[in-house]
Amino acid sequence: MRTLQTPLSEEDVRSLKLGETVYLSGPIVTGRDEMHIRALEYSEEGRDVPECLQGSVIFHCGPIMRQRDDGSWTVVAAGPTTSARMNKLEPEMIPTFNIRAIVGKGGMSRETAEAMRDYGCVYLAATGGAAVSLAEGLDRCVGCEWEDLGMAEAMWRFEAKRFGPLIVAIDAEGNSLYDRVSESLVRDA
Amino acid sequence: MTVIKLSEPVEDIVVNLLRLANTKLPADVGWALEAAAGWETNEVAYTQLGAIMENVKKAEHLGLPMCQDTGIPVFYVRGRFDSSIAGEIARGVERATKAIPLRPNTVDPLTRENHGDNLGEGMPIIHYIPTDDDFTEITVLPKGAGSENMTRLAMLNPADGVEGIRRFVIDAVLDAGGRPCPPSIVGIGIGGTSDRCVEMAKETLLVPLDEENSDPALRKMEEDLFVSLNGSGLGPMGLGGSTTVLGVKVRKCSCHTASLPVAVNIGCWATRRASARITDHGVEYSQGVRL
Repeated sequence: MRTLQTPLSEEDVRSLKLGETVYLSGPIVTGRDEMHIRALEYSEEGRDVPECLQGSVIFHCGPIMRQRDDGSWTVVAAGPTTSARMNKLEPEMIPTFNIRAIVGKGGMSRETAEAMRDYGCVYLAATGGAAVSLAEGLDRCVGCEWEDLGMAEAMWRFEAKRFGPLIVAIDAEGNSLYDRVSESLVRDA
Repeated sequence: MTVIKLSEPVEDIVVNLLRLANTKLPADVGWALEAAAGWETNEVAYTQLGAIMENVKKAEHLGLPMCQDTGIPVFYVRGRFDSSIAGEIARGVERATKAIPLRPNTVDPLTRENHGDNLGEGMPIIHYIPTDDDFTEITVLPKGAGSENMTRLAMLNPADGVEGIRRFVIDAVLDAGGRPCPPSIVGIGIGGTSDRCVEMAKETLLVPLDEENSDPALRKMEEDLFVSLNGSGLGPMGLGGSTTVLGVKVRKCSCHTASLPVAVNIGCWATRRASARITDHGVEYSQGVRL
């Protein structure tokens, strides 16, 4: 199983095969509804957006964080949230910030898959609810942007170390494992 | 089962309940996951089940919440109690949020303002079932949004019958796809009024998976749906495989002659529950209960 070093290049991303299991090491940021909405709003208004978002891996996650006495943060639990909530936002996020990978659960829309194909991005499925194991892979919290959005919605910055396992569930050709499963679902068994 | 001395305030018991529910998966759910891993032949599905079981072990060992979505805690109070119990439960939730810690999930529905304590207007949600028993039983079901958002209610026509119910449940589970974190537990309410129907669907999630339904017709419906849903191919996290559900639970009650209400409330693989039965002799904790 491959461990990929982030930030990912377009070449890295395009080499990933549907259904492949990978791990990630390096910078990762979290983002849910509010982070996406603000990033796109600020970008449109020409305001500063944290640089860490550029070319990043976004983890759809609202972690449980604990603040140490010295003010630094440590992650307690960090599993993926339902990615479908960001379906309307990712097709614009991906080209605006050159997002190379999105980590989440439950899959994403055809429009998002098409943006992934057009701009070179993949969707990596993390195991929903596996929050303690996944938190172990987010070795170190290196900062928090937009803390005013609250613990779940803020943009947490992590330095990951063998974060996973992650399944390539939408590849950079726009092929989706969810579509394949959905097409062959037996509803009348 | 742990028996602790009485004189423990309800507030402390609530903190214990939330800790138990969030850090330790009920044994029956764990067994169902292990059984699934035994029959699952799809490689991706097997990876998902393996990651889930490893996570469950780590959470219990480290005393950490198994999932970051520690949910909205839904409480059921049964037996003898007085009105002071609501305040004590609220204080327990506030303390548990800091102590365990739980993620502050509770927000105003419109402003989305979050006070950080998992309290707020109408919170915590408590269902009261007064009985003449000589105990007070407090049960908590922390309900994450991934599964809760997939809740469905249908006011079917009586003519739709069992086949209509079956169709509705299968569509509800399969349309939800990977979003409610399958393999899931499917809670089904049949009958009542619309509100009671949804309540029943959720209440079934409290019943241990290895406890048989005493109604033969409902047991057959549970078994048939279990086989159909696991034959659907949706699989863990919606990535394919033969483990879509860990269990199906049905509860019914009477309804209007012109109605056939059906509700589906899905529990994720991390269906977390804990009960405390308080008697004059002490407090007994468990992780599954039939209300």
